[in-house]
Amino acid sequence: MKRKQPKHTPTTLPKSPTGITGLDEITGGGLPSGRPTLVCGSAGCGKTMLAMEFLMRGATQFGEPGVFMMFEENAQELTANVRSLGFDLDQLVAQKKILLDHVHIERSEIEETGEYDLEGLFIRLGHAIDSIGAKRVVLDTIEALFAGLPNHAILRAELRRLFRWLKDRGMTAVITGERGEGNAITRYGLEEYVADCVITLDHRVADQISTRRLRVLKYRGSAHGTNEYPFIIGERGLSVLPITSIQLDHAASAERIPTGIARLDDMLGGQGVYRGSSVLITGSPGTGKSSISAKFAETACRRGERTLIFAYEESPAQVRRNMRSIGIDLAPWEKKGLLQIHSSRPTMHGLEQHLVMMHDTVVAFRPSVVVVDPISNLTLDRGEAEVKPTLMRLIDFLKKQEITSVFTSLTSGSTAASAPEDSQVGVSSLMDTWLLLRNVEFNGERNRTLYVLKSRGMSHSNQVREFVLSEKGIDLVEVYLGADRVLTGTARVALETQERAAAELRAQDHDRKLRQLAAKRKALEAQIAALQAEGEAEEAEVNFAIAQETLQTRTTQQNFDAMAHLRGGVKGGNTRTKGKR
Amino acid sequence: MKPEKPKQYELRLYVAGQTAKSLAAFANLKRICETHLAGQYRIEVIDLTKNPALAAGDQILAVPTLVRRLPEPIKKIIGDLSNEERVLVGLDVQPVMA
Repeated sequence: MKRKQPKHTPTTLPKSPTGITGLDEITGGGLPSGRPTLVCGSAGCGKTMLAMEFLMRGATQFGEPGVFMMFEENAQELTANVRSLGFDLDQLVAQKKILLDHVHIERSEIEETGEYDLEGLFIRLGHAIDSIGAKRVVLDTIEALFAGLPNHAILRAELRRLFRWLKDRGMTAVITGERGEGNAITRYGLEEYVADCVITLDHRVADQISTRRLRVLKYRGSAHGTNEYPFIIGERGLSVLPITSIQLDHAASAERIPTGIARLDDMLGGQGVYRGSSVLITGSPGTGKSSISAKFAETACRRGERTLIFAYEESPAQVRRNMRSIGIDLAPWEKKGLLQIHSSRPTMHGLEQHLVMMHDTVVAFRPSVVVVDPISNLTLDRGEAEVKPTLMRLIDFLKKQEITSVFTSLTSGSTAASAPEDSQVGVSSLMDTWLLLRNVEFNGERNRTLYVLKSRGMSHSNQVREFVLSEKGIDLVEVYLGADRVLTGTARVALETQERAAAELRAQDHDRKLRQLAAKRKALEAQIAALQAEGEAEEAEVNFAIAQETLQTRTTQQNFDAMAHLRGGVKGGNTRTKGKR
Repeated sequence: MKPEKPKQYELRLYVAGQTAKSLAAFANLKRICETHLAGQYRIEVIDLTKNPALAAGDQILAVPTLVRRLPEPIKKIIGDLSNEERVLVGLDVQPVMA
């Protein structure tokens, strides 16, 4: 693919910037200076708007006054038309920055006889150019002359002379032309005369949705983007989306921003997602995609960051009401100017045009967080090959601006059966973080679960969490695993109760055992006491016996001694031993 | 013939300088008017190279252009007026039989 750098080597053609968003990027700086450019396309594809914007931006931004010579509309009509682009043509005319000249040509009023030329037109144009010192000229649509003047041979010769003349005068000119039949670029073959730069505009309808596209067919002496680029005519004029020229070189921030759901942040390595990354939230209907994204938006607002929500399913009022029901109040942030909600019908434009519009809105509002809810509506019935590059353009654009983006995407209804991962393969590879929401149907109820399918550049949980929406807000709850499945909702609550009961029972059991043990110990102690008492009794008896015997012995001895004493104490020792037994 | 009501023809011939075409146109016009509109016409020749602003005002593209300003409605004839018949048709003038 050809890619033009904004910087030019000195040898390249001098160019006149158009000031039209994107067009200067594609053409590498603008239209060829001092040469005519042919802009052609079928009716209603934006030729006049492009030409007019080229002129007005030239007059207001680049100090190049311009002459607009119109052959179809008159000055009032044109002024009214461009007012919608935010340009005050009357004022520019009054300031002599732009000169409008309506060439009215009515075949029925004109009789033709003999030789003539179009010197009148030259004089008119020359006078117009001189009177305001014009550098730019638009002829819209000069082909109207073919209808007004019967002698085409003269006309062709004069047109050739006109373009030559414009070149000689150094005018950067835009000549518009109607697309011809078949392969013809213009109906009357104007490309034959204007060979320096040819831009074609197209307005195609596919699946009842129209998309405007622009292509630089030819640019003599200059490289240019050759692709077809979608464009829109928006509130600020034309806007071309030259996204394939954006390179993959955006910076990557290490800053993390919380999602607003603490448990979700925990699952994402404890800190949330990276600033400037893209988050995809997929899920079947009613799984809470919008709620998570709204929470994310609200959290950004709380941090004082600008946030933009593109809602493709609900009107702003509906979004506000619905989010209030889960405790997310968006209205105050809107009042503060931190939040904008843009709602539009997905079917209003083609995907490309939506993207151009988003692009314009983002450029105007400069948010730090963008929520698109949902992208699946935009990609309605479109082939993946078509959708992916277009979305890539948007994501790349947002990343380049360090804007954190949240996209929700609806997966087809039966999530349980088919793997929902499959349905998003196209865009998921563009996303840094992918949250998957699933409905788990079990036990006669449906509950929401959340997985972090991927999250680039951070450790993230592999756990499933139950996702609970209530008027208090969003929360994630640990799920229970039981009987080979994740338990959620009342099943989880039931299991929790059951476990609580079991725990109580166990506690009671312990108490009982302890009590039994205590009783047993007491019994043992009693036994010990009894035995001790018995021992003591025996001991006492033995002591008594010993004491008795001692007493007896002593008594006997005393008796003996007394006797011996009485006998006169002869040979006391011997007799004592004998007398003992 | 209509009842006699001499219409006044106010004609303007726009040219761009003294080119062969403009000279021829003027000569042709003069002759036709003398022949068919004697006494009821007035010719004003405007050289756009001297008065370029008038080109836009009178919606002139081709030169030479003959404009019948009066009687209304305005009619335009472009070319060097070499075809007398067509000029008369263009001016809506009944030819005077010679």
